[in-house]
Amino acid sequence: MNWQAVLLSLKLAICVAGILLAVGMPIAYWITFSRWRLKFLVEAIVALPIVLPPTVLGYYILVGLGPRHFAGKMSQSLFGHTLPFTFGGLLIASVIYSLPFAVQPFAAGFESVDRRLIEAAWTLGASRLTTFLRVILPLSVAGAVTGVVLSFAHTIGEFGVVLMVGGNIPGVTRTVSIDIYDQVQAANYDAADQTAVILLLFSFFALALIYGTNRRALSLWRGFK
Amino acid sequence: MKNTRIKVAWVGLAAAVLLAPFFAARAAIESMLPQVPAKPCGTVTVAAASDLTFAMNEIAGQYQKASGCSVQLSMGSSGNFLTQIENGAPFDVFFSADIAYPKKLEAESLAAPGSTYLYAIGKIVLWARNDSGVNVSKGFSALQDSAVRKIAIANPAHAPYGRAAEGALRKAGVYDSVKSRLVLGENISQAAEFVESGNADAGILALSLVLSPTMKDKGRSWNIPENLYAPIEQGAVVVLSSKNQQGAKNFLEYIKLPETAALLARYGFARPANASSGGRH
Repeated sequence: MNWQAVLLSLKLAICVAGILLAVGMPIAYWITFSRWRLKFLVEAIVALPIVLPPTVLGYYILVGLGPRHFAGKMSQSLFGHTLPFTFGGLLIASVIYSLPFAVQPFAAGFESVDRRLIEAAWTLGASRLTTFLRVILPLSVAGAVTGVVLSFAHTIGEFGVVLMVGGNIPGVTRTVSIDIYDQVQAANYDAADQTAVILLLFSFFALALIYGTNRRALSLWRGFK
Repeated sequence: MKNTRIKVAWVGLAAAVLLAPFFAARAAIESMLPQVPAKPCGTVTVAAASDLTFAMNEIAGQYQKASGCSVQLSMGSSGNFLTQIENGAPFDVFFSADIAYPKKLEAESLAAPGSTYLYAIGKIVLWARNDSGVNVSKGFSALQDSAVRKIAIANPAHAPYGRAAEGALRKAGVYDSVKSRLVLGENISQAAEFVESGNADAGILALSLVLSPTMKDKGRSWNIPENLYAPIEQGAVVVLSSKNQQGAKNFLEYIKLPETAALLARYGFARPANASSGGRH
């Protein structure tokens, strides 16, 4: 049982869920309330990672953001190194990869709020921010919880992108899914078994927890798919 | 409930309407093509270690021309193929980068007894891109340069080339100083990709990959002295569950021909002592 890999996956998932809570909320708000005619283009971009295979994202990060292309040179001068093989690189890849799993439930939550309550708050003189914090958010907390839990769980389960750009460095990019892959390749079935069972139980309980406590949130999520 | 059923029916109908033209087009195209008679020897499905990527493509092409049989190649990590074959993967022949894997399959009665054949000995080199500023001609001491921030090798946990690379670094006494800068490729091709794309500054790679057209002119290599690592003995074996035993055996015999051995040598593989006699290992 490789605890280092488990801890790394947890750290990555917590960071991703935190970042997506901060970044995803404004995007979801904009998607819900904007009346821009070309809004569907932004919605399509946000949903891309659901459709794209991880190899596409991995390829762009490895080659497009590699030191021989413009974007890579920029990140090199910005951070002093390129993104592949670093925790920061994994973090950015994971945030992109889990974006729809946060934004869509958030937006579904906002959408479910009675429009009249929002307008009532506005007419009573509440600012948009106050309305958001005191009316919209409390009424759509189910969507927020679902988005955070799903992006957390999705990151724990990530494999393809990490395999492509991680470089399998212990404690930095060797996540629990990569560790299981290594054990299977080396025919250490006992070690693979242990980790796989733990991951299976964890995933089951995480989902059981949302289903059990938050039926409403899940129905929002299903409404999207 | 009723609603769901209606929905499912609609989706099914939509899928049928959308897909119908494709099936119609395919049937039309097929009817226009001349009927190719089935080949007597069928298809040989080959699983090969990724250090063979370029050499095996050429060998398979020549074999298809010579025999009229078709070859289907799957390239990947030897360890992964071993696991897959142990769990029933439908390969006919397995070309491993480590002869221990075919021998293991034989011991487990999953490969034709006595069919393991030592077809080549792999070599490793230190490689860096021309534009990386790393002077690999200095050997391992080039890695001490602080400009070398990432060094790619294959994963020593399951890739034979990774084990050789780690062994060489240890024996040269530089392992501890480079350990924190190692990045591990899932197989030797991925390690090569890490260096070739410039994401790693240098790498310990298979000579067979470095000599390939895509990498040959892009970088320089330094041959790692062979006394620094255990020889990378590469073995092939006929998979016992193969449904094309004869085709598999024929292909393995083709590998034993002196012409094929010469082709492998061109790709940087050393010829094992038994190659000329076609003997078994």
